[in-house]
Amino acid sequence: MRYMGMIAAVAASLLVSITGACAASAEKGRVAFREKGCWQCHGYEGQGGANGLTLARTQLPLEAVDVFVRNTDGPMPPFSKKMLSDEDLADIYAFLSAQPVPADPKTIPLLAH
Amino acid sequence: MTDLNGKDGYDRRKFLTGAAVAGVTPALAQMGAPAAAQAQAAKPPHAPSALPPNAKTIAAEIHPPEELSRVGGKPGSDFMIDVIKTLDIKYSPSNCASSFRALHESLIDYGENKSPEYISCMHEESGVAMAHGYFKASGKPLLTMVHGTVGLQHATMGIYNAFCDRVPLIVIGGNDMDAAHRPPGVPTFHAAQDINAIVRDYTKWDDTPVSLQHFAQSMVRAYTIAMTPPYGPVAISLDAGLQQEPIKEHLEKLYIPRYVPTSPPQGDSNAVKEAARLLVAADNPVIVADRVARTPNGVTLLIELAELLQASVVDQGSRMNFPNTHYLNRPAGAIPNADVVLGMELSDFWGTVNTYTDNGEDGVGVNGTRLKPTTKLISITSIDLLTKSNYQDFQRFQTVDVHMGADAETTLPSLIEAVKSAMTKDRAAAIEARVEKAKKAHADIRARELHAATVGWDSSPISTARLCMEIYGQIKDLDWSLVASEGNVSNWPARLWPIDKHHQWLGRSGGYGVGYGAPASIGAALANRDLGRFSVSIQSDGDLMFAPGVLWTAARHKIPLLAVMHNNRAWHQEVMHVQRLANFRNRVPNYGADRGPIGTTIENPDIEYHKLAESMGWWARGPVKDPAQLGAAIKEAVAVVRSGQPALLNVWTQPR
Ligand code: HEC
Ligand SMILES: Cc1ncc(C[n+]2csc(CCOP(=O)(O)OP(=O)(O)O)c2C)c(N)n1
Ligand SMILES: [Mg+2]
Repeated sequence: MRYMGMIAAVAASLLVSITGACAASAEKGRVAFREKGCWQCHGYEGQGGANGLTLARTQLPLEAVDVFVRNTDGPMPPFSKKMLSDEDLADIYAFLSAQPVPADPKTIPLLAH
Repeated sequence: MTDLNGKDGYDRRKFLTGAAVAGVTPALAQMGAPAAAQAQAAKPPHAPSALPPNAKTIAAEIHPPEELSRVGGKPGSDFMIDVIKTLDIKYSPSNCASSFRALHESLIDYGENKSPEYISCMHEESGVAMAHGYFKASGKPLLTMVHGTVGLQHATMGIYNAFCDRVPLIVIGGNDMDAAHRPPGVPTFHAAQDINAIVRDYTKWDDTPVSLQHFAQSMVRAYTIAMTPPYGPVAISLDAGLQQEPIKEHLEKLYIPRYVPTSPPQGDSNAVKEAARLLVAADNPVIVADRVARTPNGVTLLIELAELLQASVVDQGSRMNFPNTHYLNRPAGAIPNADVVLGMELSDFWGTVNTYTDNGEDGVGVNGTRLKPTTKLISITSIDLLTKSNYQDFQRFQTVDVHMGADAETTLPSLIEAVKSAMTKDRAAAIEARVEKAKKAHADIRARELHAATVGWDSSPISTARLCMEIYGQIKDLDWSLVASEGNVSNWPARLWPIDKHHQWLGRSGGYGVGYGAPASIGAALANRDLGRFSVSIQSDGDLMFAPGVLWTAARHKIPLLAVMHNNRAWHQEVMHVQRLANFRNRVPNYGADRGPIGTTIENPDIEYHKLAESMGWWARGPVKDPAQLGAAIKEAVAVVRSGQPALLNVWTQPR
């Protein structure tokens, strides 16, 4: 997460390049999330786990996600535009944002004890 | 070894040669085909005067009357069984082989297949890993017999895992050392001059006894060394001649040395005092435990120390060291805030207090520290007493401020006393003031974990959090033991199951040799069966397929185990590794027609693990993909296991 600090500064300059955002499709994003390999560390639903953070319903803006995914020098390997187009990333973002609100653990008997 | 002059008239070597020339079938069968052909070619040709005798007639003619033994006196291997029986070894999980046939025969006939009882294994690695799991559930070592050369070669990874996991077990290998007299062909392929060389780097000790008295001493010595902390595997190679020939009582009167347990090494009193001084003075002491609790008493002692100091405890989980229900239990995130770290039996101290990020320039990882520059480090570990050179299980070198080469569990009572002596009124008050904050921090972590578990709760494939909680829901009222958790389920059992007993978690493989999980869980389940506990394992797909034949062993010997699969249809760890490398090189990885990089997934076709298990005598169901059906399926499986059978559920899961 070393990169997160500089995200705000860089985000503005990148807005221009993220053209796919308006036309983004959660359905295409579901497919891209699998085909581009994000599921491997984040789980098919972006739920997170031992090898990646929870991405479902991420609170980060798309611009920050873009800066992070392209430049991370932390535990996640970076994805170049060749590996993951801006359009794919925007679709992935739409897919992650569309994930359902998880239930309160108190309402799940197995987690309520 | 071999008395070639055979004073008592029984010369094994001459007998074998004679038998081969006479065309005696058993001896011939021992030879490889070319050797047998050669022996027959040497026979003078003769014309049959009548029909050649059939096998039955030959057998009737050449076998002595039943009541007469062909061995003059007590066979050497019977004495070996006498020795082994004094050590109270309950089972011998082994794959049969001619190089130890004499010992095998003595065990089941002379020894009545008791202490140890023979457990049939499909693979030597399975036998060793069963012994590995058995020890961690029972505290008692087992003996595994392996074939000369090839059997030992199969056993090696299991032995390495046990070595890294500080687990005692005894490997007895056959070998026929007399090059001039042993059967040519196959048995000679399986003989070696220094057969244990292949395991010497990861056993505590090995020997090749050359007399029966030497065997008796070596066997008791091997047991003693294996059971002296730091524990570890030992190997004894048994010459075939020594096993097969009769005891030459007229030459030596044999005795069996008595086994006396070794008291484990304890930390030096000055070092213990210095450690106590640092810990009492610390404002934020953190205890990190990896293999502290060799026995349940280790848990009790660690709780006492932690409460005296109100110190956070990070349990790295190679054993169950500290209850996760205790308010002082913390995840590794507690380490950076420490002003004193007490590392106890850590397999990797450097990795505990440093970071390594696999994302550097030119593919070289980046090192970092987790510590403040002023943090003091204390280490108590017996591993320093057992460091070999070749294999790198000793990990990177970490400088520490107080360094005790001692067994941590054994040192705890004196450390507790030293902490009490070093305690002043002021320090006691300051320490007591930490309690409320610690309780709140523990409750907050628990709440966060519960929330994390809800994300993807209803997804299919089934989330690892859901998998683990559905299992827990069905076993929570039993005296359960999580005997292994292979593959990676994001550590949910340690995060969410209340674990407060030593046998509720047995730790991992030690050397990360995959293939440990299936056999070790069955070995542990064997121990738990006898102790009246319910065994459950989380069984990954990749791990199971290295040597799935051990499933049959569980059914054959009626070992009850609930194996719930974490079937993510991949060697998933490697899916991520290859993806990472592709990213570093800015290349889109070649997935072929699969979900992950070629060579890393287990699909097309999917393996029907439930059918595999069923074919070997297990109750099995699957594939379960719908989370709503999982609870009922586990409930059914639990009932089967409680009736004494092994049961497997093939569950399709999320990758992590
Ligand atoms: C090899 C494993 C791996 C893969 C593949 C992977 N990630 Fe990650 N991801 C991680 C890890 C680990 C982190 C935490 C990084 C950190 O702490 O710096 C992370 C963090 C993130 C974050 C930051 C989340 C936050 O809240 O701070 C985003 C966004 C993200 N990943 C998106 C993606 C996307 C999109 C893909 C697919 C194109 C992807 N990741 C593929 C491992 C991975
Ligand atoms: C004997 C052996 N071979 C290969 C490896 C490399 N390896 C590490 S993890 C892993 C995947 C294991 O697959 P599985 O048990 O299904 O666990 P998953 O990662 O899928 O959760 C492999 C092949 C190893 N550690 N040991
Ligand atoms: Mg797997």
